[in-house]
Amino acid sequence: MKIVVCIKQVPATNDAKIDPETKRIIREGLKAILNPFDTYALEEAIQLRDQFGGEVIALSMGPPKAEAVLREAISLGVDSAILLSDRAYGGSDTWATSYALSRAIDTIGGVDLVLCGKQAVDGDTAQVGPGIAAHLDWMQATYVMAVDEVQDAGMTVKRMHEDGYDVCEVPFPAVMTVVKGINTPRVPTLKGRLASLKIDIPVWKPADIGADVERLGLDGSPTRVVKTQPPPPRSSSTKRIEGSPEECANALLHELRLRSIV
Amino acid sequence: MITLTDIERSAYKNVWVVAEVLAGNIEAVTHELLGAARELADARGSEVWAVVMGSGVTEQAGSLAAFGADRVVVVDDPQLTDFVDEVEAEVLVRLIEKHKPEILICGATTRGRALIPRVAVITNCGLTADCTGLAIDSDTGDLLQTRPAFGGNIMATIRCSNHRPQMATVRPRVMAAPDAQEGRQAEIITEPLNQNDTRQLKKILEVFHSDETAVNLADADVIVAGGRGVKGREGFDLLRQLAARLGGAVGASRAAVDAGWIPYAHQVGQTGQTVQTKVYIACGISGQIQHLVGMQSSDLIIAIDKDPDTPLMQMADVAVVGDLFEIVPELIRAIPKL
Ligand SMILES: Cc1cc2nc3c(=O)[nH]c(=O)nc-3n(C[C@H](O)[C@H](O)[C@H](O)COP(=O)(O)OP(=O)(O)OC[C@H]3O[C@@H](n4cnc5c(N)ncnc54)[C@H](O)[C@@H]3O)c2cc1C
Ligand SMILES: Nc1ncnc2c1ncn2[C@@H]1O[C@H](COP(=O)(O)O)[C@@H](O)[C@H]1O
Repeated sequence: MKIVVCIKQVPATNDAKIDPETKRIIREGLKAILNPFDTYALEEAIQLRDQFGGEVIALSMGPPKAEAVLREAISLGVDSAILLSDRAYGGSDTWATSYALSRAIDTIGGVDLVLCGKQAVDGDTAQVGPGIAAHLDWMQATYVMAVDEVQDAGMTVKRMHEDGYDVCEVPFPAVMTVVKGINTPRVPTLKGRLASLKIDIPVWKPADIGADVERLGLDGSPTRVVKTQPPPPRSSSTKRIEGSPEECANALLHELRLRSIV
Repeated sequence: MITLTDIERSAYKNVWVVAEVLAGNIEAVTHELLGAARELADARGSEVWAVVMGSGVTEQAGSLAAFGADRVVVVDDPQLTDFVDEVEAEVLVRLIEKHKPEILICGATTRGRALIPRVAVITNCGLTADCTGLAIDSDTGDLLQTRPAFGGNIMATIRCSNHRPQMATVRPRVMAAPDAQEGRQAEIITEPLNQNDTRQLKKILEVFHSDETAVNLADADVIVAGGRGVKGREGFDLLRQLAARLGGAVGASRAAVDAGWIPYAHQVGQTGQTVQTKVYIACGISGQIQHLVGMQSSDLIIAIDKDPDTPLMQMADVAVVGDLFEIVPELIRAIPKL
């Protein structure tokens, strides 16, 4: 099985600021980490390879320093890594990002399965996975919580929904996005760490993936961020309740009554 | 990027709501979206259309008139019984090309967030995820789409000027559902499923709807959530009783999920679900940032903790200092039975 895992480098903190001029995230000064959801995609890919053979390729689009998450993927046990990095990719929205990633997947060739995280914790869109599937005209399974069976022609997976789950048979080639419950990610081995220092990570430019530059970056993105602002503040005062359990319960009941909950 | 000229754009009219159909039933989020769509359509001087895809849904589709739909497009076919993203995407793309809506909105549910990104890519349109605010720009007539990013720490307003339709998924429970106007009529437009729509038909082998309503965090008015302070499975049984008494759902911190006390589907936070409910009652959750980003937009936040100084006890609207194992049973006793 040939598996590509799409991974993204995201800012570590949850209080990142946006530059009011450029409307872009100010990434300077924030520690960058591997998107938490992508660790589950990597783990799933490695487990599938170890069980059924084949190879795992980690793919990321981002600035040169995004290489760090690809090295982290190598240290966990993926076979190779590719970085899409070029000014032309900068400012891409989910349409343009999924276009670039799909071009790279097509260039790699012979891919059976693409794994993504459920969503990236910076943009929180969950749109890139299904976007890649649409660009490639492949089938998709999102919010995958378990892989039940792997056959030659496809996989049987459980998709998580708000109200339960469903079980579906998805033929290869396919794109899947995974949620946290699917596995427990491993930690890097010493051997892996050493390998990650040595490996050569190729950087692919738009020409290398046969991408139309008009469809990349800010100019290739249909959406525009026109304004960013802090969310409306919460009421600053906290009502403190102390006393016997009964007094506390009665005070709480009062609050719930005020909101017509009881 | 393929952009449309002014003349091409002006051919796109009306506001579409893609209905959320679950096991043959039209879900409440559809009514909420119809309320939002009405305001947008009024601002644009256009109509509200609902699109209903499913099996055996024709009769129910008519009921959407009462919530403000002027026309309802119904695609009723046994092959739409289960949720197959690829098929619904083909159908929607075909309907969009035929009827040219100006705006298309859909619930930001697991189904909506799987389906609409596919449609947006195929139709060369932008898409804004998980919106909490929609408005029409009075100067340009464009849709202004507001959404939280970075776990709710930033609100971004997004515009999509050069492409039609303008598409957004909208978070459930944010828009108010209008009161049903009995007797209001809508034109029903029946569209068949085409052969090409089902060229990518993946097989759905089984559908499991949890009868434990306690998991459905997205639809709950009240969430009773527990963390490490709940100590174990028995503690969550207590929270379930409280949630049941309040007609709510049960949430959990990652620590409680990781301890195996409750399944992952209940996890609230950065690596779980984002919820926006009327009342969030956190029991024995300290409230690390990764948890807070998943629930901070709730209307009323109540925290019960022995430790008065945790981050959650600081940010809560109501902070109850005490032992949850003493307070929660008292509260259950105090709430009048329905
Ligand atoms: C990448 C990443 C992603 C994460 N994603 C999430 C996420 O999605 N969701 C999430 O929740 N966390 C997430 N976390 C974990 C988060 O940082 C915290 O570790 C976790 O939320 C702590 O859970 P807790 O509040 O239940 O436990 P604790 O921090 O241990 O808090 C337990 C609380 O219970 C109180 N208590 C104990 N006994 C009682 C009693 N009898 N009565 C009343 N109060 C009592 C204690 O005083 C304490 O405040 C993530 C972390 C990382 C690194
Ligand atoms: N720049 C990127 N490079 C590689 N993968 C990405 C990138 N952006 C998003 N992804 C993948 O798409 C998933 C969903 O991201 P998003 O749609 O941004 O929430 C992530 O978990 C990654 O697997």
